[in-house]
Amino acid sequence: MNFSIVVFPGSNCDEDMVYALREILGQKVNKVFHKETSLPQNTDCVIVPGGFSYGDYLRSGAIARFSPIMSAIQQHAQKGGLVWGICNGFQILTEAGLLEGVLLKNNHQKYSCKNIYLKPATKNTLLTQHLSLEKTYKIPIAHGDGRFYADGNTLKSLQDNEQILFYYADNQGIVNENTNPNGSLLNIAGICNKSKNVFGMMPHPERASDERSGNIDGKTLFLSFLGQ
Amino acid sequence: MNFRVEINVMTKKEILDPQGKAVKLGLTNVGINAIKDVRIGKHIVLDLEADNEEDAKQKAEISCKKLLANLIMEDYHYTISTL
Repeated sequence: MNFSIVVFPGSNCDEDMVYALREILGQKVNKVFHKETSLPQNTDCVIVPGGFSYGDYLRSGAIARFSPIMSAIQQHAQKGGLVWGICNGFQILTEAGLLEGVLLKNNHQKYSCKNIYLKPATKNTLLTQHLSLEKTYKIPIAHGDGRFYADGNTLKSLQDNEQILFYYADNQGIVNENTNPNGSLLNIAGICNKSKNVFGMMPHPERASDERSGNIDGKTLFLSFLGQ
Repeated sequence: MNFRVEINVMTKKEILDPQGKAVKLGLTNVGINAIKDVRIGKHIVLDLEADNEEDAKQKAEISCKKLLANLIMEDYHYTISTL
């Protein structure tokens, strides 16, 4: 697959993503600066990586959403192209209206940097197709604004259309208040759009893809995305 | 004409404001116990040129709706004055 990784001022997970996709998964990767107005030809998937775009000023992702490259990403998504936002990338995609809901400040007022366990909510998406609903996946989170929120109607349509990708769980797969690291509604850790070609999630699979890091559950997510 | 638009952006009432919660605790530590609730928002001041007040209002509305507030989580109010 051809991946284009967008770099905003303040992005800081772009190199980790390049490393995971290129070195570990053997994929073709281009970095695209946010001032570009078009994506490299043959882009299959746009990755909007984590970081603190524009210093998280105003709201996380709010200013990046109007960077020049974003129009090309909107068009790519409208044509059915794949877009995957991680952490700050997820926040940018909600601000851009490519994904529903919003990411608010963590309910406990702290920045959370730790491993959590993800429980897939569906197998009917590219990202989760080869994951097991019976398993949990250990993936790190690192965010201050990760509390997923949407109004009641939106939440219901996310459930009805199987747009929820992952819940925050414990290693046994239990999903409740105690396994919720930030106060997200329904323990939601990631969602996709209705057409299931735009994905967003707060946890960082690229940080759990190299054996030397002691955890390769993130690689399992990438492999599922790649249909393997 | 030059106008000043003073905008307040507040998190919607039904949404938990952790910052406000922390500051409420701080105010209790200061010794003020009568405070029932604290909510924190943003105050944004725009100085702009516009043909008239209506034009300034339109510019303020677009600024708020497109960038300054996220209507899923926030409400906004503003006042306009001439400079």
